Amino acid sequence: MNAVASLRDRDALLRSAPTRSQRRRMWDTFVGNRAAVVGLGLAVAITLLSIFAPLLASHDPLAQDGAGRLKPPDDLFRLGRDAFGRDVLSRILYAGRISLVIGTASVLLGGTVGTLMGLVAGYSGGKLESLLMRAVDVLMAFPSLLLGLTVLAVLGPGLEKVILAIGLLLSPPFARVVHGATLSLKEQEFVSAARAVGAGHLRLMRLHILPNMVGEIVVLVSVWTASAIRVEASLSFIGLGISPPTPTWGNMIRDGTTHLINAPWLSVFPGLAILLTVLAFNLLGDGLRDVLDPKLQQ
Amino acid sequence: MIRYVAQRILLTIPVFLSVLTIVFLVVRVLPGDPATAALGDYASKDAVDALRERLGLNDPLPLQYVRFLADVLRGDLGTSMINSAPIGDQIAHNLPYTLELTLAALLVGVTLGIPVGVYMATERNRLPDIVGRVASLVGLSVPAFYLGLLLILLVGVQLKWLPAIGGGDLTEVGDSLTHLILPALTLGLVMTASVARLARSAMLNVLTQDYVRTARAKGIRERSVISRHALRSALIPIVALTGIWGVALIGDSVTTELVFSRPGLGKLMVGAMLQRDYTTLQSTMVIYALFVVGINLVTDLAYGFVDPRIKAKG
Repeated sequence: MNAVASLRDRDALLRSAPTRSQRRRMWDTFVGNRAAVVGLGLAVAITLLSIFAPLLASHDPLAQDGAGRLKPPDDLFRLGRDAFGRDVLSRILYAGRISLVIGTASVLLGGTVGTLMGLVAGYSGGKLESLLMRAVDVLMAFPSLLLGLTVLAVLGPGLEKVILAIGLLLSPPFARVVHGATLSLKEQEFVSAARAVGAGHLRLMRLHILPNMVGEIVVLVSVWTASAIRVEASLSFIGLGISPPTPTWGNMIRDGTTHLINAPWLSVFPGLAILLTVLAFNLLGDGLRDVLDPKLQQ
Repeated sequence: MIRYVAQRILLTIPVFLSVLTIVFLVVRVLPGDPATAALGDYASKDAVDALRERLGLNDPLPLQYVRFLADVLRGDLGTSMINSAPIGDQIAHNLPYTLELTLAALLVGVTLGIPVGVYMATERNRLPDIVGRVASLVGLSVPAFYLGLLLILLVGVQLKWLPAIGGGDLTEVGDSLTHLILPALTLGLVMTASVARLARSAMLNVLTQDYVRTARAKGIRERSVISRHALRSALIPIVALTGIWGVALIGDSVTTELVFSRPGLGKLMVGAMLQRDYTTLQSTMVIYALFVVGINLVTDLAYGFVDPRIKAKG
């Protein structure tokens, strides 16, 4: 009992979590970075708009109305109506839910798998390391959109399949970064010290190595969420993933291209939604990188 | 240098093999059966079995793998599962369009991205740099197909300057070029954003180095400090990453071809996918794999060219 407690104390000492003043300084850097604050604001706003889409949407996103075919924006339908007379604005709001769910879930999946792969590879070394990292190299050698496309073509349509396909694409970049960070961290003195006082492999990885790369991982999560949303939009633009009539930004643009000349609002507005969302997460990622990695700050 | 080139060329073999393996595995290992998918859920079990037999899907996986590799190495791309047409012909027809598009986009990305990034670095934190940073982040965030669509609306529909749709007649230089401009600009601008961002930060890293200060102290003109002293070493990371962007470019070329209704591998592949034509899909992926390997090889060689350390080693 006592031994366990003292081991815990040592862990607390050896772990280098940011102190209060360090945290304060990070916050100041972040707030001082206007682009990052704009990114955070946009991301929060878009998330809220999507969560409350059922309350905010003025129309049923699926309700068809033959008389309102391809009507341009007016007071009632602020962003116009599509080829089935459906309200474009309501559809954009609902589509945001799909994009954000896919973005976060696939990053969660790919990030967890990738982080574990990188951690284990970097920590264990040897044959396992070269096997895992070689697999990562091969997966990263192929254009992610093409890989996602093929995987989805084989898996078939469905929300969980899109998440699986994009998650698969996202794990290699996480594995690569975490692998690199693990390699340098495991040689650090505080890790040797923890090992010297008897910490096991799992304990070392979980309490000493992983917490010290949270910064890198947070940046990756933000940047790759942006990427995941972009890839999802491309896939549904191609016609894969979520089946109609469920609106996604990508399939709205796809349907809109047939009427590009006489009803440009069908594709221009959903595209704007994609652009703003991806931009928000990219801005946030850039800002976080400045905060969490002062070496890169410029 | 010759040794380096030979080494890089030899290294493409394992990369090509591994990418081929992914293509092979994705089509076979993932849940979902090509034969059932092609015939639909209501096909009789006999019909599905017959098709599986014809496609060789009932054989053990290693045997299928060897057969697949042998076919690829012989240059035999098989016949379409849907209409039995030779896939090689289809690819021969579509490949030139994709080739001209990606090469033109690569050219736009590099020739526009590097000077823009260098200029941003020299104007650090002044207006041109800030505008450039915002613009490049927007470029990084915009899906290629959306940018293409906006260009079609603006240049093709509003201004009517250029044809917006189709690939043009490849035998007529003028016609194919006017059809190439908008799609190449679309893909090229997306790439310009990443190149400019990296060029900027690579230049900033170099500009604080002692030897740059020495060059300035010796009274060398700023222009030549930038172009002859700083840019040379900043080019090394830029060229190293060009391969990665080139590969990403191939992915985006698929949606770009769709938006502009251009013939090309992307259109071929998506068409095959929507018809569940797995043999065509697989062969198109093999050609894309060759593309990836080719782009990586070219970047590696360019890298050897800009990095004097590699040149010196021989």
